[in-house]
Amino acid sequence: MADLTKLKAGELALLQGNEAIARGALEAGLSLAAAYPGNPSSEILESLADSAASAGIYVEWSANEKVALESAAAASFTGLRAMASMKQNGVNVAQDFICNLTISGTQGGIVLITADDPSGISSTNEEDARFIARLADLPLLEPSTPAECLAMVKFAFDLSEAIGNLVVLRSLSRLSHTRAGVVPGPLPTGRPQPFWDPKQIWNTVPVVPRHQAMKDKLAKAGQIMAQSGFNAYSGPESPDLLVIASGSSALYAAEAAGLLGVDRRVGLLKLGCTWPLDQALLRKHLADSERVLFAEEVDPFIETEVKALYAQQAAELGIKQFFGKASGHLPQIGELTPGRLAGAMAAILGLTWQPAEPQYLQAARETISRLVPFREFGFCPGCPHRASYWAIKQALSLDGRQGVVSGDIGCYTLGVHSTGFRRVNSVHCMGSGLGISSGLGKLKSLGFQQPVVGVVGDSTFFHAALPGLVNARWNQADYLLIVLDNSATAMTGFQPHPGTGQTASGQPGTAVDVEQVCRALGIDCQVVDPYDLAAAQQAVYQAVQGEPGLKVLIFRRLCALVQGRQGGHPYRMRVDQSLCRGDECGCHRFCSRAFRCPGLNFDQAAGRAVIDEVVCVGCGVCAQICPAGAIRAEAKEAAA
Amino acid sequence: MKALANDPLDIVITGVGGQGNVLASQVLGRALLQAGYTVTVGETYGLSQRGGAVMSQVRVTAGAALGPLIPENRATAIVSLEPLEALRVLGQYGHPGVVVLTNDRPLMPLNVLTGQDKYPAPGELKAALEGLCAKLYWLPATEAAFALGAPILANVIMLGALLGSGLVPLGPEELEAELGGLFPEKKMAANRQALARGMELAAQCLGTQ
Repeated sequence: MADLTKLKAGELALLQGNEAIARGALEAGLSLAAAYPGNPSSEILESLADSAASAGIYVEWSANEKVALESAAAASFTGLRAMASMKQNGVNVAQDFICNLTISGTQGGIVLITADDPSGISSTNEEDARFIARLADLPLLEPSTPAECLAMVKFAFDLSEAIGNLVVLRSLSRLSHTRAGVVPGPLPTGRPQPFWDPKQIWNTVPVVPRHQAMKDKLAKAGQIMAQSGFNAYSGPESPDLLVIASGSSALYAAEAAGLLGVDRRVGLLKLGCTWPLDQALLRKHLADSERVLFAEEVDPFIETEVKALYAQQAAELGIKQFFGKASGHLPQIGELTPGRLAGAMAAILGLTWQPAEPQYLQAARETISRLVPFREFGFCPGCPHRASYWAIKQALSLDGRQGVVSGDIGCYTLGVHSTGFRRVNSVHCMGSGLGISSGLGKLKSLGFQQPVVGVVGDSTFFHAALPGLVNARWNQADYLLIVLDNSATAMTGFQPHPGTGQTASGQPGTAVDVEQVCRALGIDCQVVDPYDLAAAQQAVYQAVQGEPGLKVLIFRRLCALVQGRQGGHPYRMRVDQSLCRGDECGCHRFCSRAFRCPGLNFDQAAGRAVIDEVVCVGCGVCAQICPAGAIRAEAKEAAA
Repeated sequence: MKALANDPLDIVITGVGGQGNVLASQVLGRALLQAGYTVTVGETYGLSQRGGAVMSQVRVTAGAALGPLIPENRATAIVSLEPLEALRVLGQYGHPGVVVLTNDRPLMPLNVLTGQDKYPAPGELKAALEGLCAKLYWLPATEAAFALGAPILANVIMLGALLGSGLVPLGPEELEAELGGLFPEKKMAANRQALARGMELAAQCLGTQ
C-alpha cells in the first residue's frame, strides 16, 4: 500500500476500491480508523496505516472487529470522525455492539465498512451483510465504482453526523479489488479537539423511546439520501423492462443491455442508497414499467423490500411482473456476471443470448474437461502448516483411537483439503474451533472415547479463541490445543497482531505472548518447532496419550512467505539420483504422493523424484521423510 | 482520447498465485490510464498465494467506465503465465477471435504432483490452445527469465510480449515508466531487459507464421 495523502487533488489516479474508500475517509477528516484483517477489506486499513503519519491520524489493527468498531465509537463520542472496516463475517462479530450503538446514537461521523464476498472467493461463506442495516435500522450505501467509493464515504460521514448514528457502506470483492480512475479531492486542514462532556451519557435506556428515536433517525436519513444523487435512472420513460440494481450488478446490467442491443428498451434504476429505500422514486418507476428485474448480490435484499412496497400500493400501480432471484431468472447463490444478466434479460424479453458460437463453446468445454485438471489449493512451499499437519496425522494414526481435529480460520483452514492431509474435521468461524474442542472435551462422561485436538492460528487465538479456552479450563475439558504460531496474519496479507508486538503503522507495541497467556490460565504449555517432524510428532503423541486434561502445544515457525522476505530459507534441496530408487523403492513415491509439497515432483522419464527449483524455497523438511534418505538439504552457501 | 482498434479492449491476465499476475495487471492498467484511456482492472485474489489459479482482468475503453468483469467469452486477449491456465480460462472467456499469449512453462498442480491427475503433454496442450484461438503466442518466458537471472521476471516478459503483439496501444517506455514507480532503480535494468526480451519473443513468434 502507499501513503494516500501523497495523491494530488484533482489529478486522476488508478485506485483500488479499498484505496478509494480510505482516501474518501481521509478527505472527510477521519481521525481514527480500526479494523481486523479480512479479505476483501484488508487494504482499507493497510492504506490508512501507511497514511497515518502524514495525515496525523490514529490507525490500528484491533484484536477483532467488535473491538475495532468500539474503538471507532469511542472516537465518535468525543466528536471525532472514525471508521471501522471489516469483511462480512466481521459484521457478525461486531453485531451485538452495532445493535446497541444504534440505540445510544453517536456524535462525530462514524462509518462501518463491510466488504462482502459473493461466491466466497476468500471466505468461508458468502453472507450478505446488508441485513445489518435492516436489522439495526442503519442507513446503507452501496457504491458501484472506486470513484463512487470515495464520494459515498465522504457523504456517509456527513450523513452520520446529521442523524447522530452509524452509517453502513457496503463494498464487494469485485469493487474492493478493482482499480479504476478516481479523481481525489482536497484533504482537510485541522480537526476538532476530542472532548467527552461528562454530563453526556451514551447508553440504550429507556429502550422504547430510544427505539423510536432510532426510527426517526432512519427516516431523516432517508430524506437526506433522496437528495444525494446516488440513485440515478437512465433509459426510456416507459421501458419494456426496468432493472433495479446496486453495486457491481448495476454495471453488469448496463453492459448486458448493450450486448443484447436492447439499450433503448431497458431502463436502469441504479440504487446507491439501499436502506431506507427511496419510496417515492421507486413508486414513480414502478408506475412507468410493467416488468421489473432485480440485479444485486447475494441475497434478494432490494427485491424483497421493493415487492413489499409494491404490495402496499398494488391497487394504484396495477399488475407488475417481477423477475430476479425469486423467479429463478438469476441465481440465488454466487456472484452475478454480465453474461448472467444478459441471459436473464434475454429470457424476459423473448430474445436469445449466446456468449459465443455454440460449436466453439462445445469444443472448449470438451477440450477443457479432457485436458485441464483442477488446480487444488495447497500450503506454500516451506509452509510450517504442512509440517504441523504431518505431525498431527502421524501421531493420531499411531495413537489409533480415531482422534478428531477441530479447526479454525486462517491459512490452516486448508487442513480440510489434501494439502493438510484432510486432518481437520470441522471449520466454522473465528474461534469456533476452541468452543467445539471444549464441547468434545466434555463428552467423555457421555461415552465419547476419541482423542480431541483443536488447532488455531496465532492471530485467531487473540481474535475470538480466548473465551473458548477459558471455558475449557474452567470446565476441565479434556483436549489438546495446538497453536499454529507462524507469527503472521498470513491469509490476509501478513498484518501484525497482538502476538507480533507491532502496531498497524509499524511502530513497536506490546507483544502479547500466547505461551504466557496459557501459563497464566494454569494450562500446561510447550513450544515445539514443527519443522522438526520427529519432535513435533512425539509431542502430539505424548499429549494425547498422557493424563487427561487441557494441554497446549505451540507449534512455532515463521510463515514461509515472511521468511522469504527476511532472507529466505537456509537450504538448497536436491534428490540424490543414485539413492532415489523411484518406483522400485516400494515407497510408492512417498515424497510427492504423500507429503504434497509443490516443490516435490516426480520425473516420469527418469523414474526418479526431483525438486522443482522454481518452486522449492529450501526449508529442508522433506529431507526427513524420504525412506531412502535420497532427499538432501545442503546449506545454500555451500551449494552455490 | 485516442480511439481503440478494439473497444472495449478486454485482456485477461491469468496464472498461478505467486507469479506476479496482479503486478502485471497494475502496470498495464496504470500505463493505459496515463495514455488517456478509461481503465478498469479487476483482480481476483484472496487465496492467491496458496497455489490456486489467479486471474486479473484489464478492461480498456475510450468511453465510460466498465464493470470489473469481462462478459463471458468476450476477451480480446488472454495473457497467461502458465499454459494450463490459458486453456482453463478459454472456456469462460474465449471465442474464435481471441488471441492467446502464454508462457510455455508448466507449474504442476499439487494433484498432478501426487499422481492423482495428469498434466497434458506440451504438444497436446499447445494444439488444444491453437484450436481454440485465432492466434497463439507460445513463449518460453520462464526460460528467458532464468537467462536474465530470475524466474519471477516471466511476468514482465509476458507484458513485453503483449506489447510485441501490437494488441495494446502502448510502447515499452510507457510500461517502463510504470514499472519504475514500483521497483527501485537497481531492479529496473532487469525489468527493461525483460520487456525487450518479451517483445523479441513475440516478434519471433509472428515471424514464424
